[in-house]
Amino acid sequence: MEVAQQEILNTPAKETVNITGSAAVLEALIAEGVDTIFGYPGGAIMPIYDALYDYNEKLNHILVRHEQGGIHAGQGYARTSGKVGVVFATSGPGATNLVTGLADAQIDSTPLVCVTGQVFAHLLGTDAFQETDVINITTPVTKWNYQVTDATEIPEIMAKAFYIARSGRPGPVLIDITKNAQIQLFDYEGYMPCNHIRSYRPKPIVRSQYVEQAAALINQAKKPFILFGQGVILGGAEQEFKAFVEKSGIPAAWTVLGAGAIPTSHPLNVGMLGMHGNYGPNVLTNECDVLIAIGMRFDDRVTGRLDKYAKQAQVVHLDIDPAEIDKNVKATVPVWGDCKETLPMLTALIEEKQHTDWVNKFHDYTRQEVEAVIHKELNPTEGEMTMGEVIKQLNDLTNGEAIIVTDVGQHQMVACRYAQFNKTRSNVTSGGLGTMGFALPAAIGAKYGAQDRTVVAIIGDGGFQMTCQELGTIMQSGVDVKIIILNNHFLGMVRQWQELFNSRRYSFVDIESPDFVALAAAYRIPGKSITERVDLQDALKQMLETKGSFLLEVNVLKENNVFPMVPQGCSVSEIRLK
Amino acid sequence: MSDHQDIEKKEFNITIYTENQVGLLNRIAIIFTRRKINIDSLNTSPSEVESIHRFNIVITESEEVVRKLTRQIEKQVEVLKVYYNTNEDIIWQELALYKVSTDVIAEKVSVERLLRENGARAVVIRKDYTVFETTGHREETDNLISILQPYGLIEFVRSARVAIIKNSEGFNTKLREFERMEPGEEVVENEYLNRGQKVFTM
Repeated sequence: MEVAQQEILNTPAKETVNITGSAAVLEALIAEGVDTIFGYPGGAIMPIYDALYDYNEKLNHILVRHEQGGIHAGQGYARTSGKVGVVFATSGPGATNLVTGLADAQIDSTPLVCVTGQVFAHLLGTDAFQETDVINITTPVTKWNYQVTDATEIPEIMAKAFYIARSGRPGPVLIDITKNAQIQLFDYEGYMPCNHIRSYRPKPIVRSQYVEQAAALINQAKKPFILFGQGVILGGAEQEFKAFVEKSGIPAAWTVLGAGAIPTSHPLNVGMLGMHGNYGPNVLTNECDVLIAIGMRFDDRVTGRLDKYAKQAQVVHLDIDPAEIDKNVKATVPVWGDCKETLPMLTALIEEKQHTDWVNKFHDYTRQEVEAVIHKELNPTEGEMTMGEVIKQLNDLTNGEAIIVTDVGQHQMVACRYAQFNKTRSNVTSGGLGTMGFALPAAIGAKYGAQDRTVVAIIGDGGFQMTCQELGTIMQSGVDVKIIILNNHFLGMVRQWQELFNSRRYSFVDIESPDFVALAAAYRIPGKSITERVDLQDALKQMLETKGSFLLEVNVLKENNVFPMVPQGCSVSEIRLK
Repeated sequence: MSDHQDIEKKEFNITIYTENQVGLLNRIAIIFTRRKINIDSLNTSPSEVESIHRFNIVITESEEVVRKLTRQIEKQVEVLKVYYNTNEDIIWQELALYKVSTDVIAEKVSVERLLRENGARAVVIRKDYTVFETTGHREETDNLISILQPYGLIEFVRSARVAIIKNSEGFNTKLREFERMEPGEEVVENEYLNRGQKVFTM
């Protein structure tokens, strides 16, 4: 096999080598620069795993404990590395276990290539053992999917899969390969990467007239306001974005997935948008005169009530996906295109300005928010610990250099609000889908995607119990992931809503937990549980200084609420501080 | 186009040029079903270009909804281009077949008159039954149902709508553009361009 591989790599096109479909899959991964695969074997994908046995030195396969864990790890890897995450799963239940992760990656535009095994082609449609119609099940939650029944298709299909997953607005691709195609020998001509599909247009053509119109609008604006999302990060346009913000002098606020596109501490970074975002950005959305949305899609958690959202403003919307323009908020000027191209064009045309009075308005609101919410959340001196103070202490110890992976719920909102991000690709969370159980496996992938960085997973007591089997993956792979469980002994976000909107009828939110430290110990992962404020700093230090993984459980205030909050059905300017 | 017209529901004809690939019908159909939009009529056929498929889909919706749907459809990897048109913009036809008892028809109706008046023709005449066919708009095919109903209409079926866009120049030139790495601007139309100055007023 070693010899055969050598030949393949040195073979000029058209001279062929006889290889199996399975080997062709792995050759494609190597040609695409893949170094890590997250997967789980099973009957219908056994030929690929058999081939993998010989590729062990070139491809690092991480054996997960559940396919959902595999795909979330793939997502974490993609988010921190900027590369395509690769996931293997078998047919039937293996494939259906990917669905949550596919939906998550689809809504959060994460590039993935998932390879699933499938029963022999002659058994399709016969209700064979572990047969499921994975193509039709995954169609709504993939950017593209394809079923291979003949090995000769594999090189071209894998090339298309990687091209589609990473180009334009990225997304998950699933390739389902029947067992006969994996086994089949065929004449392999070498791997040709794909860079054009006639029916697929990853980027709309940039039209300079719109850039000019956008610049004119921005130049005459008195109270312009920038909203930025993950598009800036996905486009690798952080520098271009920073240049635009600094030249224009316009205050900029971020969506949850946009966090870190410019450092948290940047003077023009005015905070987080949306339901649990900062006070100023929400209130002033309804006061600005020109709203400049960059690489974001006006999710309902950002806009609140849409018919009372920024009605006074003219809207400039920069997005790579034409379907996002006018979908939720009508654009006055649509700037279709990759923001890596459109932002420099726009920056060149805008006047250098400072909007001091307008920026100060944001600071005024910040002061009110600090007084009403932030101060007591970050610096409490008595009572039980808060989630916010844990994040603050963590910021101080990591200097904002860590990758923060969060799950879903109160701890997620608190972490996103207060974590300090100096670098891009530092905030990994399930934004659009809100997948509890995301963080632990995603943190494993995040570490493989950025091996020289510290990865801290911040998880609630509920979400941790959804995918805690991945402690086994950590144990076996030896990956270094720091885990903080913020345990408020409740499904906190639902409890908060029940308190505020359902007259404190706490319906099934009182969740019991195992001894998390003992659980970690069962997986040979050291851990600690703390309840007292005096122990917090030392415990965090111990966690960060421990070589390898560490689990820290912090017992926090049980009935604490995340504020500010834009209640559902309310306008962003009706944001509540308490 | 005023906002009022934008939200008023009417029949729209969506024309989709696609690659011919297994599974694409589902990918397109779920764009409608996910939003609980009923498809009134759906036809797939070859197009004027070899290997390119053409979908004709009819739905009753507001233009605003239709515009968003077309963008979602066009986003699919194997879809080349999507157009939407009102009934005024297109030439359209539907085909219908009617099965009636030959005895009844022979006894009670002047067959020749019936065919003439409704632009129908007999496709099959057998001892036991006769099958008529008409092609036309909905009202025309519906009209023959009501005429034949009293004579014991045994079976009726109507095809999906097929439509030709009046001011389209077809897809041959466009496809050549799509095959280029960097297609010209006219291929990737931008509806805002048609709105001209209305897009942006200071």
